[in-house]
Formats: sequence, structure tokens, C-alpha cells
Amino acid sequence: MLLTIRSLTKTFPGTKALDRVDFDLAAGEVHALLGENGAGKSTLIKCLTGAYERDEGVIALDGATVSPRSTSEAQELGIGTVYQEVNLLPNLTVAQNLTFGQEPTRFGMVDRRAQRRQAEAMLEGYGLDIDVGRDLSAYSVAIRQIIAIARAVALSGKVLILDEPTASLDAREVETLFDVVRGLRDRGLGIVFVSHFLDQVFELTDRVTVLRNGQKVTTERTADLDRVQLIEHMLGRALENEVVGHAKTHVAQDRPELLAFENFGRRGHVEPFDLTVGEGEVLGLAGLLGSGRTESAELMFGLAAAHSGGARDQSGALDLSSPRAAIAAGFGFAPEERKEDGIVADLSVRENIALALQARRGWARPVPRAEQLRLADEYIEKLDIRTSGPEQPIGDLSGGNQQKVVLARWLAMNPRFLILDEPTRGIDVGAHAEILRLIQQVTAQGMSILVISSELDELIAVADRVIVVRDRRHVAELTGSEITTDTIVRAIAAPGRDQAEASV
Amino acid sequence: MTALRRVTPQLLTLAALVALVTLFFPDFLRIEVVNGRLVGPIMDILKRGAPVGLLAVGMTLVIATRGIDLSVGTTMAITGAVAAWSITQGYGLGGALALALLAGVLAGLWNGTLVAIIGIQPIVATLILMTSGRGIAQLVTEGRILTFSHDGMAFFGSGDLLGIPAPALLWGLTAVAVALLMRRSALGMLIEAVGVNRAASALAGVNATVLLIAVYVASGLCAALAGIVATADIRGADANNAGLWLELDAILAVVIGGNSLLGGRFSIAASVLGALIIQTVDTGILLAGFPSEYNLVIKAGLVLVILVLQSPNLAHHWYALRRAAQARRERAMDTAKETGQ
Amino acid sequence: MNPRLYPLAATIAIFLLAWVICVMQFPYMLSTRVVGNLLTDNAYLGIVAVGMTVVILSGGIDLSVGSVIAFSGVFIAVMLRDSGLHPLVVFALLLVVTSAFGAAMGWLIHALAMPPFIVTLAGMFLARGAAYMLTIDSVPIDHAFYDLLDDAYYLMPGKGRLTLIGVVMLLTVLVGMIVAHRTRFGASVFALGGGEATARLMGVKVGRTTVAIYAFSGLMAGLSGIVFSIYTSSGYPLATVGTELTAIAAVVIGGTLLTGGAGFVFGTLIGVLTMGLIQTYIVFDGTLSSWWTKIIIGLLLLAFILLQKGLLRVTTARAGA
Repeated sequence: MLLTIRSLTKTFPGTKALDRVDFDLAAGEVHALLGENGAGKSTLIKCLTGAYERDEGVIALDGATVSPRSTSEAQELGIGTVYQEVNLLPNLTVAQNLTFGQEPTRFGMVDRRAQRRQAEAMLEGYGLDIDVGRDLSAYSVAIRQIIAIARAVALSGKVLILDEPTASLDAREVETLFDVVRGLRDRGLGIVFVSHFLDQVFELTDRVTVLRNGQKVTTERTADLDRVQLIEHMLGRALENEVVGHAKTHVAQDRPELLAFENFGRRGHVEPFDLTVGEGEVLGLAGLLGSGRTESAELMFGLAAAHSGGARDQSGALDLSSPRAAIAAGFGFAPEERKEDGIVADLSVRENIALALQARRGWARPVPRAEQLRLADEYIEKLDIRTSGPEQPIGDLSGGNQQKVVLARWLAMNPRFLILDEPTRGIDVGAHAEILRLIQQVTAQGMSILVISSELDELIAVADRVIVVRDRRHVAELTGSEITTDTIVRAIAAPGRDQAEASV
Repeated sequence: MTALRRVTPQLLTLAALVALVTLFFPDFLRIEVVNGRLVGPIMDILKRGAPVGLLAVGMTLVIATRGIDLSVGTTMAITGAVAAWSITQGYGLGGALALALLAGVLAGLWNGTLVAIIGIQPIVATLILMTSGRGIAQLVTEGRILTFSHDGMAFFGSGDLLGIPAPALLWGLTAVAVALLMRRSALGMLIEAVGVNRAASALAGVNATVLLIAVYVASGLCAALAGIVATADIRGADANNAGLWLELDAILAVVIGGNSLLGGRFSIAASVLGALIIQTVDTGILLAGFPSEYNLVIKAGLVLVILVLQSPNLAHHWYALRRAAQARRERAMDTAKETGQ
Repeated sequence: MNPRLYPLAATIAIFLLAWVICVMQFPYMLSTRVVGNLLTDNAYLGIVAVGMTVVILSGGIDLSVGSVIAFSGVFIAVMLRDSGLHPLVVFALLLVVTSAFGAAMGWLIHALAMPPFIVTLAGMFLARGAAYMLTIDSVPIDHAFYDLLDDAYYLMPGKGRLTLIGVVMLLTVLVGMIVAHRTRFGASVFALGGGEATARLMGVKVGRTTVAIYAFSGLMAGLSGIVFSIYTSSGYPLATVGTELTAIAAVVIGGTLLTGGAGFVFGTLIGVLTMGLIQTYIVFDGTLSSWWTKIIIGLLLLAFILLQKGLLRVTTARAGA
């Protein structure tokens, strides 16, 4: 084995990001590393590239134990990485990027001609015909990725980690990139390929390792797997499930209609869809990362303007042109990226809870401090938020408790339609169950909720109806007894033939 | 109580400075009543500190949003020029004040639009007005020192009310009014929220764009008040020198007040104390008989000390040290327990 | 054409256009005398702007340079008056002091992870205060060697004088161009300006580079101080107040992105000359008031900032597509 990882463990305050993970990489193979957000992929990669120091476990390269402490140290050892973005500097030329740190010099000055030659030599065999003297920003993302690969290979040359390299490429560009990757595989490099595009995994990789919740689920030859099995590995089956309590009875109910989205879509985000929301209904949005599920939510909340269609309620058309407009229409949205888009880190728990309420009332009518405290105390108790008190800065809380505060912020608004994007991600088991119980509680009082989740058991437990999103399209709608792991997985996996196979 | 704790370092610094100056100049704290007005070094500090104090109030709000306003010094020059010009043109006191404040609002709108709508970095956006503003002020005064004699206007510079110098009163009232407005309304919290995380605040429905423009307008208004004081003080508008480099002193006052340049939590009271500290250093050095040359070096030293205290790197080390100490304590307790058993 | 060159092209075009307008009105402005004066009068500004360009390219800012120039003048004048050292020795000492001063600021910026703006603001106070502490008066420089430096010029055809300090400025620009565009250090500067995280990922030693950048700026400010003391034959602690802002304006008008990562040292020279040209024109005109200089420079600043904001949008939009 080129690279062996044994019992790799990495703990962050509150979560075990990696729990005794094993991983092998042979020379001359492309090995897919799969898992949803928070499964531990990026932590594993960061341990490999020296960005994190591992707590326990062994990483061995060519049989020798290694402990890189920085990216450049990892590079010198032979481990190179290409990320989805931020690999190279768009404000430098291609040649400067490729030779950065290794520039040929004459009399202390960079020898531009030699630099050009060196850069062109580095790009040889990658099938690129570009002018290395131009700025990197002049070239497409695909070409930049290949240039980044060329640099990583030239610098390290044993292990190449590709972290979501295809996320912003079109089909033809992906093909070009894959040709490059295959070429490198044939030259004997070991390649770790991280992607959430399953087609690409099947097309390119030799083996697959799936992580879930920081643990290794399985490692198998890609050829031995089909899509359904793979998705089951990634999303988990609704078996080991003391978390959720009772699954819903899934009786299709006639609910009064609250909202209707018609032909609602935006080019490049999500194709136009129709969707009705019933009063007190829990809608689930299932799909893999990047399928268009978050994009659907952002569109509904006015974070991106719809190009087509609109929304209406009983009294007429709704203005959803901005988050403020959506909030005025009675919407709420707890985003997936809690740290970037959810919490206001330096402010207290009390202020974070009161924020949206205050924004709606306007600056001139402050929510009285006593009322803020009452709200904070109420939700701290109701949601069991672990904090030293309402005045503690939210940034000091653990991820799960931060999530509960963001939830409390919206519950305090009493919206009629609340969108929760991955509400339980990165949250410990106890908090997980509480949040699901809460969803059931508030919908019983008439609030409608849209839950986006990678955890199928979660959707099955709480959703009255599940919309399946694939390739930025709403492809299936499941209700009542149709909501099972199997049907969801098949709908996610299915280009039509699988459906056909299933029904045979 | 927490508010008091927040400004304790500034109060201690100020107290130490006062004690130090009194040591060299025993009459420092003496206040006399002369012709019905209070006279003494302290009153002098309160009066002379007015421009920087006023600017610091607006600057505090801007910095709380993670911004900076480099143009306040030149806005002072512009508004001072407008005030003087209006008086000489016979618009009367009311007209002059209104036009000067309007000029301040326009300056703020200009900066706010560049920052909040066009999306230019605050330091870059306000640099434009900073470089060209004195030209605009000179355009108004036509390059001369535009003098006027109008007692109503002069009141804002050298008058007094109930024995207190008018600039000191104006400064104090502005600071109290803005501080009350921030804490009695929800503005303070909303500004802090936008400063800490604009994206999350906007998602929660906060109108970040309008708030951003509003703080630059507030800063422009404060600069206009400072400009009126400066113009009234010398009974004339000096477009070249009015407010020259005061933006730096204002920023310094905010930083000495312990407000982070990275936005978020702010305290107007602390900034005002910062302005007082700066002015006490200025005046105190003179009174204590030191050459005024030491002034800038002392300011530089103050900034350095504050930077070291505020540094996120150091805070990190500090946190790590504390954690290590805590871990050691816990281990010690564990072993104690085990041996006890 | 490479989009990176647009701002530079715009700078040069504006400069040439301005000159053509000037010459059409005052044909004399085409003479070598005007050119010579333009170079001489703006020599100290050009030199300090080269250092500022490097700082801004890295995404930083250096507010201390105006004070450092004043300190340099006073340092030289006082040393020559009191110590009897040869000017060249004093120059060497001074450059060591100002470089070390810059290096110290760079170290603080890196070590404290504080914005360059506030650290160099402290530097600005410190350098000006140090100048005051040396003297509060204008100290004339009276030294045979200084007379020699002051009188050194090459008589161009048309009787224009290409003075020594003008040549020093042009040479400094040349050195600056090599440092910024043709060395590994320069590549690291651009990398930092392009994004610190990525730069670190690509192996830039961030701390060392930051120290070097501000040391270079300090060195340039010291050199500029020497040139300014030759130009004025004196040292005065109140001199060159606000020069840092003029230098920043010249850098931006020269087509360098104020947020860092893109720009040209040569453009800075053109920026300095454009500003000088506006001033010369106003002097020639005689009826126009001097404040128009500031307003026009402000407008140019706005135009370039908007141009680059637009360019950035165009390039990111294309990269995203």
C-alpha cells in the first residue's frame, strides 16, 4: 500500500469528527472518499495534509509513519492536494503559479523565459494548449483545476487528493479533468477523489470508502456496488434508530393549503417547480449534497431572486424578493452554514434570539429587555440550550446549542412557514432527538415546516411528505406509506432505468 | 454595573493621567468661577476636546459596523466653511446651522452609498472624500479664511451656558443623546449585529444596507457639529486647517476606548473617555511643563499598548494558557480524589 | 490585451491626454524644462510611492511614510550640524534606522494580527514625535557635499535640467519594478495581496514577507527623506504632513488595486506625474484656484476605484461562468 491509515481519531470540542477510521490507498488507483457534510471527509483530508494534528492513529506513507504539520511539509512528503477553490492565485500568471517558490532565477531576478519553459514542461502531458504568460484568472475553472493538479503533482508526486474538484465544472470539462486523472493513475500515483457526484464516482474510481458521522462505513470495489447500495451507505438506513422515537404514521391527511409555489425556479440554481404547503405540515426535502435542495430553500426565502413563477397564499401573491420580504410574508429560514449565516457570534444568546423579532419591529420599537430575557429564558428551558445564561456570547456555545438558539430565534417570530436546512448537522444525539421532537410540537400548533436533511431516518420520522431533488430538479413526491428509506434512495439514485428495474 | 466595568480601564487610565499631571502641576484640578463661568484646566480640556469627542461619537458607530471613516476631518472643514459662508451671506444662525448639518448629511450619504451599495471597502471609499474634501471646502471659502462676526454663531465656540463652555456642553449632550438613542432603541444591537456578521443579520431580516448608510450619515452629522464648533471658535472657516488630522485622533479615541476595529460591541462612553484621555495628554503635557514634542510619542505608546491588549493572537495565547492552567488544576484535583480514595 | 493591463493603459492614456490638453493651451509645457521640473519637484513623492506600491500590492497600507520623511530630514540636518559625520555616512545610518522602523511595524502587524492601518498610524505618531524630539525648528543644511548634490544636473536639449534627485527617482522606480515584478519576493508580495490563506498554502512565509515589505517601505521613505532634504536643503519636523495620502492616491491613480494583488510600479510613476501635471497646469493657468487640484485628484481616485471594481466584477463573472 502506498498510504495506510489506521484508527485515525480526531476530536473537536463537542464532536468526534473522526472515530477510529481506517483507509488504504494503493499506487495506481483512484479511491473515492464519500459521505455527506459532517461525515468526516474534510477532517480526514486535513489530517493528511497537515492542517490538523490527529489525536490518535497512524498514517503511513510507503510504510513509514508520517505526521505532516503543514501543507508544505505534506507536499515535501509527497502528499499534494487540490481543493474545489483557493488553490492558486488568480492575480498571477499561469507560469508564476506553477513555478511559485521554485522560480528559476538569474542574478537574483526571475528568469521569465526559463520560468515559461519550466511551466510549459510542467503542463506537458495534460493536454492543455494555453499561454502560460497570461493571468490565471483568464482561464476557466476547469483549466485552473488542471493547472493546480499539475502543480501538486510536480511538487509532491505520490499521493494526490482531489477535494470536490468538479463542483463547478460542466460535463465536457469534467471529462477533460478525468482524462488527466486517469493519466496520473496510469503513471502510478495514488489518487483520493472526494465528490458528491455519484455518476462521477462510478465512472472514475476503482474503490470507494464511505464515511458517516466520523466513522468508516465501508470500503468496497466500485464495480461491486450499485447506486442504491452506495446511497444507503451514505445516508444510513432507518434501523439503528433509538433517536427518533416513533416514526410518523404517515397517514395522508387533507390539510388546508397554506402556500403554493408555481413554476418557481431560477436558472443555474434549481429548475422551476410546483409545490404546495399545507397548514401544520412537515415537508421533507431529500437529495444529495449539491442536488439543488439548499438552492430551493434559498429561492423560497428570497436569498436569490426567482427567474420564473411565484408564490401565493389564500389572500394572493406573495413578495419573496428578499429575506426581509419573505419574513414579512411569515417565513423563517435556519441556514445550513450556521457559523457564516446563522449566528452573530459576539452577541449574547438573548440578543441572538431577539434579533429577527427586533428586525421585524424596526429599530424604533425595541423589544423590552424584560421581554427579551423572558424569551431567552423560555427557549433556553424549552429547547434545553446549554448555556451559562442568556448573556453568554453565542460563539462560546457548542454547535448543537448554537443551532437551538437559531431555531429559537425563528420560533420566537412564530412564522407560518419555517425552512430548516440540515437542522441536526453536527449535533450530538440528544440534541438531535430534541430538535425532531420540537418540529413535531410546533407543527401540531399549526406551523408548517420544510426540513432539508441528509439523514433519511430523520425525514422519515418527521415528514408528512417528502420531495426528492436530483440534478437541480424536483423529481419525485412521496406521501404517506411511500415514505421509506427504499423509495427515497431509489428516487435519489434513479435515472429512470433503476426505477424500471425496481418495478420489475 | 456591566457598563461601568466596561469603561474601567479607560477610567483608570484617565485617573492615572490626572494624578500624574497634578503631581507636576498641582493646580490642575482647580476650578474657579470667573465672571459667572467655570475656569480651570479641566474646563479647558472639556472645551478643547469637543471636536475630537464629537467625531469619536460618530466614528464609534462606523467602527462598530466594521468600517472606518477617514473623511470626518475634511467633512469638518466643509461644514465649517458652509456655516461661515451662510452667515456671511446673511442666512442667519438657523440657516447656517441647517446648511452645515445638511452638508454633513450629504457627506455621510456619499460615503454610505459607496460602502453599502457599491460595496467599496470603507477605508478606500472614505479616502476619496478625505483627499478631495479640502478642495471642496476651499471652493466654498474661495481659498480665503472666511471670517464673520456673529455672536450667535460664536456662541458655539466660545460661549457658555450655566458657566459651562458651549463646546463642552454640545459634546456632552451629543454623546449622551447618541448613547441613549443606541441603548434605548434597538439601534445599538442592530448595528452590532451587522458589524459582527452582516450575512447572518441580513438573513434574520435586519436591513443592513440602510443601517450602514445611517452610521455614515451619523458620522457626517457629528463631523458637522465638530465643524461648527471649530468655525465658531475662531469666528472663521479655515478650509486648510480645520479638522486637519482629527480623523486619526478620533479613530485613536475609539481604539483607546477599547472598541475593536473588527466591529461588533461598542461603547460610546468608552470612546468619549478615549477622547478625554487624548486631550488630557495634550493639555497635561503643556501644563506639566514638558515640551509638547512628547505628545505624539506618548500617543504612539498608548496605541501600541492598546493593540497588544486587543490582539486576537495574544487573546488566543492567553486563552490557551488559561485552558492549560485549568486542565492542570483539574488533573491535580483528580489525582487528589484518587489518592483520597 | 490582458485585462490586468487595463488600469495601467487607462493611467497612461489619461496622463497623455492631460498633457495634450495642457500643451494645446500652453505649448511651452512640451519643453524639457517643464519635464525636468516635473521630475525634480516630485522626486521625493515618486520614491516614497514606490514603497507604498509594494505595501499596497501586498494588501497593506503604510501611513507612517510622511512622518518618516520628515524624521529623515531632521535626522540628517541635526546629525550634520552636531556630529561632523560625512553626509554619506549619515545617509547610511538613516536608511538602517528607517528600514528597521518599517521592519518593526511589519513584525507587529504580523505578530499581533492587527490591521496595518492602525499599526502604521502608531508608527506615524512615533516618527513625527521622534522628529519633534530632535528639534522643533527648521534646521538648515549647510554642507559642501549638499551643495554638490543640489547642483548636480544634466542639461537636456532645450535647457531643461535633469537633476540628480530626478534621476534617483527614476532609478528607484526601475529598482521597484524589478523588485515587485521580477523577484521571488515580489511574487510573494503579489501572492499575499491575492489572498493570505492561498499564499500560505502555496508556501509563502507570511511573517518574513510582511516584515520585508514594511522594511522596504521604510527604506524608500528614508531615501525619499534624503531626496527631500536635498530638495529643500533643510530638515523640518512639520514637513511632508499628509504625504502618505498623496502617495496612496498616486498609487491608486497609477492603476494599482487598493485592496492589493494587482498593479504596477511603473503605473505609480505615471500617477505621480499626472498629479504633478495637474498642479503645473494650474500654476500655468494662473486663474484657476489651487483647490481644483484636490478635487480633480479625488475624482480621478473615484474613477479608478470604480473602474477596478467593475473589472473585478467582469473577471469574477467570467470565472464563475
